[in-house]
Amino acid sequence: MMTAENPYLPSPMRVEKVTVETEDRSIKTFDLSFIRKEDEQAFRYLPGQFAQLSVFGKGEAPFGIASSPTTSGLLQFSVSRIGLLTRALHQMEQGDLVGIRGPLGSSFPLQDMEGKDLLVIGGGFAFTTLRSLINYVLEKDNRGRFGKLTVVYGARTPGMLLYKDELEGWRQRNDLEFHVTVDAADDGWKGRVGVVPTAVTDIAPTADNTYAIVCGPPAMTRYTLPVLEKLHFPPERVVLSLEMKMKCGIGMCGRCNIGSRYVCRDGPVFTLAELRRLPPEY
Amino acid sequence: MRAVLLAKDQISVLLEALLQGRKLFAPVDDGGVMAFRQVGSPQEVVLDYHNSTVPPKRLFFPQSETLFRYGLEGEQLALEEPQPASGEKVLFGVRPCDARSFTLLDRVFTGGNHCDGCYQARRESYTVVGLACTHPRAECFCTSVGGGPFATAGSDVLVTDLGSDYLVEAVTDKGAALLEGLSGCREADEDSIRRRAEAQAAAEAALRGEISTEDVKRKLQEMWDDPFWDRLHEKCIGCGACTYLCPTCHCFDIVDEGSEQQGRRIKIWDSCMFPLFTLHASGHNPRPTGKERWRQRLMHKFRYWPEDHGEVGCVGCGRCVVDCPVNLDIRQVLRDVESLAKKVK
Ligand SMILES: Cc1cc2nc3c(=O)[nH]c(=O)nc-3n(C[C@H](O)[C@H](O)[C@H](O)COP(=O)(O)OP(=O)(O)OC[C@H]3O[C@@H](n4cnc5c(N)ncnc54)[C@H](O)[C@@H]3O)c2cc1C
Ligand code: SF4
Ligand code: SF4
Ligand code: FES
Repeated sequence: MMTAENPYLPSPMRVEKVTVETEDRSIKTFDLSFIRKEDEQAFRYLPGQFAQLSVFGKGEAPFGIASSPTTSGLLQFSVSRIGLLTRALHQMEQGDLVGIRGPLGSSFPLQDMEGKDLLVIGGGFAFTTLRSLINYVLEKDNRGRFGKLTVVYGARTPGMLLYKDELEGWRQRNDLEFHVTVDAADDGWKGRVGVVPTAVTDIAPTADNTYAIVCGPPAMTRYTLPVLEKLHFPPERVVLSLEMKMKCGIGMCGRCNIGSRYVCRDGPVFTLAELRRLPPEY
Repeated sequence: MRAVLLAKDQISVLLEALLQGRKLFAPVDDGGVMAFRQVGSPQEVVLDYHNSTVPPKRLFFPQSETLFRYGLEGEQLALEEPQPASGEKVLFGVRPCDARSFTLLDRVFTGGNHCDGCYQARRESYTVVGLACTHPRAECFCTSVGGGPFATAGSDVLVTDLGSDYLVEAVTDKGAALLEGLSGCREADEDSIRRRAEAQAAAEAALRGEISTEDVKRKLQEMWDDPFWDRLHEKCIGCGACTYLCPTCHCFDIVDEGSEQQGRRIKIWDSCMFPLFTLHASGHNPRPTGKERWRQRLMHKFRYWPEDHGEVGCVGCGRCVVDCPVNLDIRQVLRDVESLAKKVK
């Protein structure tokens, strides 16, 4: 008999640090470290993948991995407080225990993206896995594998931007072109104002040899895709990450499908060309 | 493979033999409802039945099962996994449609990149003895979906009621091992094989009204926005009976029971016919009404299953036809799709 493996067993992780990201305190980033060395070694992930976080007694929920695999020793998740489990997570402090299952799902198509320019477009908390991708690409050993890196990142207000210190660091660098935009400015804001699709229209990046990676709230995605189409991005080079209600995360519980594809198993990362072959049910 | 003949009243000899050192699960009359239960003696077993109300899948995929128990104390997390019940088991008297459903569930729970070890351990601990359908019920349509009343997929042994006696045939090595050392029976002769063929032909003839699942699949691939879906779900009250009682439905939920310090995580049957099934925490729901949910149920079995696995995800057991409180008959739905397909051509 094959040794029975239980794919639902979470590994314990310790909360090392909690950072309040946004002025309304609705998004916090959790730095987690594995308790067991062997779990840490087994958890090999790439940008775009997600994991199931457990708060025991409350359940599990899927979250994109916000850290980059080039950062060793810890995993980061940025969690928006929205319901039962996320509320419980938000009450956690340094030293508390959570469970993790993963990494799950597909990553951004890094191999296909190699040698190409990258246009990263993000908004809201969906920026988490894009941040993982950006830090991965900016890593010394990886930077040469990719061409020009352009980032367009938007939030409702300046106070709702994630990773503020890190964004400052990106601004200083000359190996990426970084655009931040807010829907509504406040007194101190000197940057761009306007929604993400408008910003992309203004910046008018070239589609030549370029991959566009888009993650954001549904409205942002809906209005950004036509802009990319006008800029002549072929659907094969537009990459999206989807969210669905998930439970098992491994293609068994039957709830996250779009057509015959399970978002947890075959996604969450899809190209627009792949999505267009599926029924419009998401 | 070995095939033996048992006189009708000798079936208890076989059941007694199976009970030696094994746990035996078989159809019993549970207050007027047919169900698969563990039995302690041959007298409890009922073999002249149509089919069980709840499919035997629950022996491998229980309605509710503990994934693990947890205990938290400071920095210590203790997880306790359920231990699979040890020992050999026999599941006796399963209809061929249900036996085939096990092979479909295997694809879901053990066939992908991940494998559900608990499911697999339970599956492997059982030897499945199928019972050929000599008298299919009116709601059955296994022959339309790639099965048959005498089909052996998923069975290790097939038993056929030949009127005066039972023909017991090993289908797999596991089944042959079960029949090893079985005494008090005759080896099957040519006459019994002939009578079996006659019974099979008669049963298949009784299953009239073939549906082409190939036509249905092709039509489903092009009718996402068809007005057909607007009307189809109107009668449906969303009770979920059709999915809970379906031998191939595998959807489940995962929930915690207990406090932050201790408790258990359970896996529990769920249904795509329920609105909460796909409700996002944001309030968005990709399947907000019965229309999308009925479309999902039909598409899943007759389009996505063939696309994903090359096989229809329905074994034609007819349970959803028998037990739908508003008589929404999936065979009629399939015929309607089929006739839409023909209209186009
Ligand atoms: C691939 C992926 C990546 C993601 N990445 C991130 C990320 O990086 N950051 C982030 O913040 N979010 C992310 N999400 C979204 C995140 O998973 C959800 O916000 C999270 O699951 C919400 O969980 P909750 O328990 O707080 O919400 P709730 O809606 O409260 O859900 C709690 C539980 O209660 C149940 N429930 C809810 N309402 C009812 C009801 N009326 N009746 C009965 N039961 C009910 C639900 O089924 C659920 O099991 C991601 C999602 C996916 C799929
Ligand atoms: S869909 Fe209906 S007929 Fe088909 S296997 Fe399920 S319950 Fe049986
Ligand atoms: S059994 Fe009938 S009424 Fe109930 S959910 Fe299924 S189709 Fe709808
Ligand atoms: S979350 Fe269970 S199938 Fe995708």
